Amino acid sequence: MQLDLAVEDRKPVTFAEVSEPLVEVRDLSVKFVSREAVNRAVNGVSFSLAPSEVLCIIGESGSGKSVTMRALMKLLPPKRTVIEGGMRVGPHDIVKMREADMRAVRGSAISMIFQEPMTALDPVYTIGDQIAETVMRHQKIGRGAAMERALELLKLVRVPSPERRLKAYPHELSGGLRQRAMIAVALSCNPQLLLADEPTTALDATVQIQVLVLLRRLQQELGMAVIFVTHDLGVAAQIADKVAVMYAGRIVEYGAVADVMMKPRHPYTVGMLASTVHGHMRGHDIDAIPGSPPDLRKPIVGCSFAPRCKVVSAVCQTHSPPTKSFGNGQYAACFHAE
Amino acid sequence: MSAFDFIGADLISQEEPQAASLDERDRGGKQQPMLIVNGLRKYFPIRSGILQRHVGDVKAVDDVSFSVLKGETLGIVGESGCGKSTLARLLMHLIPSDSGEMIFDGDPVGGMRGLSLRDLRRNMQMVFQDSYSSLNPRLPVQDSVAYGPRVHGMSRTDAMDLACDLLDKVGLRAAMFGARYPHELSGGQKQRVNIARALALNPRMIILDEAVSALDKSVEAQVLNLLGHLKREFNLTYVFISHDLNVVQYISDRVLVMYLGQVVEIGSVDAIYDTPLHPYSRALLDSRLSMDPDDRMTEPPISGDPPNPVNPPSGCRFRTRCAFAETVCAAEAPSLSQAGPDHFVACHMVRRGSGHSRLLS
Repeated sequence: MQLDLAVEDRKPVTFAEVSEPLVEVRDLSVKFVSREAVNRAVNGVSFSLAPSEVLCIIGESGSGKSVTMRALMKLLPPKRTVIEGGMRVGPHDIVKMREADMRAVRGSAISMIFQEPMTALDPVYTIGDQIAETVMRHQKIGRGAAMERALELLKLVRVPSPERRLKAYPHELSGGLRQRAMIAVALSCNPQLLLADEPTTALDATVQIQVLVLLRRLQQELGMAVIFVTHDLGVAAQIADKVAVMYAGRIVEYGAVADVMMKPRHPYTVGMLASTVHGHMRGHDIDAIPGSPPDLRKPIVGCSFAPRCKVVSAVCQTHSPPTKSFGNGQYAACFHAE
Repeated sequence: MSAFDFIGADLISQEEPQAASLDERDRGGKQQPMLIVNGLRKYFPIRSGILQRHVGDVKAVDDVSFSVLKGETLGIVGESGCGKSTLARLLMHLIPSDSGEMIFDGDPVGGMRGLSLRDLRRNMQMVFQDSYSSLNPRLPVQDSVAYGPRVHGMSRTDAMDLACDLLDKVGLRAAMFGARYPHELSGGQKQRVNIARALALNPRMIILDEAVSALDKSVEAQVLNLLGHLKREFNLTYVFISHDLNVVQYISDRVLVMYLGQVVEIGSVDAIYDTPLHPYSRALLDSRLSMDPDDRMTEPPISGDPPNPVNPPSGCRFRTRCAFAETVCAAEAPSLSQAGPDHFVACHMVRRGSGHSRLLS
């Protein structure tokens, strides 16, 4: 086997080179510093995203997927976080941006929806007030016009009887309607980029598919780019154009959704797909990935997945794997990926 | 004849329980279901105003009847708020029921001559969804596992030996993990401790209430494998409550579908997954996400959220979201009718002569 061991000084590979990407993230690392330890949550993540493209970041808890999203919004606690690398969204250089300028970008050019709408919405304001507040903050219009826009948005996200719901408080809505209201807040200023952090994880199956279908329809109608974080491969299959699989703070595989789901190259992606439970596996043991993810407070030598990997070899223990391209826009960070 | 009578009778006659052979704890014989639940009901009162007047009820569990056979896994599925967790707590007697009876291996639970709570809990244990809050943060995990046997009269050294043994069995080396506190373990490891604790009293039945739902997929697969091994080794019967339809199909022998506090369909896993008859079961199963990116859903199979259980719709509770609802559905609540050898459905469309214009079978 031929090994490219000159990996230590290699340039970061940016995935999906397109003519004019909307989002460019280059060699992003995020460290959380505390008195006891340094937690390297994200270690050299690079990707780019075209306008009106949907990227799904898939990973387990602690893989750094949500931290990457929050770094893009600069929502991480500034005193304890060290962000290195480059992030650009449209004309905005996120890393260099001052907080005051960032506030103008959040909610207008970039907006975000969260997993738990009950904690993301303010319980003491009506849904209408919360949408209107965002509109008035970013666009110089009056309250009456903002309320009209709020009504329009509730219709856009297909909330039944929107006039009545405008005056409702978050606790008066069901989980699915709350999530729709949060999407309405996020879309209020026509963002170019929507960040979605597991927005359907807390919802029931019958409601989850309603929200996914809605999000995909809105994304196509409004032509915005979406970065969608999830741990559920089925959700990714439903909504993604491109998929990035994260493990221990790195992207281990990237590619078009059909390529990654149907022909995964990285052993972690292969293992994730094999351990996803299906009914037809009844009576047999599931081919589970053994062990658990590494502790990111300790430095990792070699490939971070090596201790759990089926095809591990000596080189995996000592060198960090190169990113291999497979020609079809699919990449995997593994010595043994073929 | 109540709904439960024919369910029980039918199942006993045609199904051979798999693992019920030669267990010295067996009292009722292998034909006797491990647990029979009949007409279980729990309403949570809603009080409001200064005088805390009773203004209504949340009908969390409303006239639920089913049986669990020896050695089987009964999966219970339904959306949040359908009463599946309340049902689990009622089965464990963690909250009192308003009415209904339970028969554990032939012995009625409670009452003058029935099984005492202490005996019931020795035979029936539970694993909760939140692995952290269900462990005492101030006890090393081996003490948590040994706690039950100690309360039931085992000596300290014996209980500790048993705890270490069980921790090994659930895949945690006791020498390494036993003395640790819950916060020093990962989510999957804590759930293994909870499973070991549930096994400590050598129970015959374990209720798993969303026991793998909070775990990452790779860890979930490990714990599901572990549950399968333990079931065979300890001759266990499971009630497995989950909202994850794929997991329920994988682990269950029979499946019960709940909607707004009631059983809408119950049957063998193949009957429910291959030929679901209740419109709600069908919508629920159609909501499963395909892993194939070329097979995307363009229309959700069902719209809206489940209605408020305080004021459930009259008649059939699903009729407000049902595409086939007719006048009879609002007027009359459907009872469970037999649709196959091990398949019961509460829908007017299944029963001939119900007044509904369609007939499914």
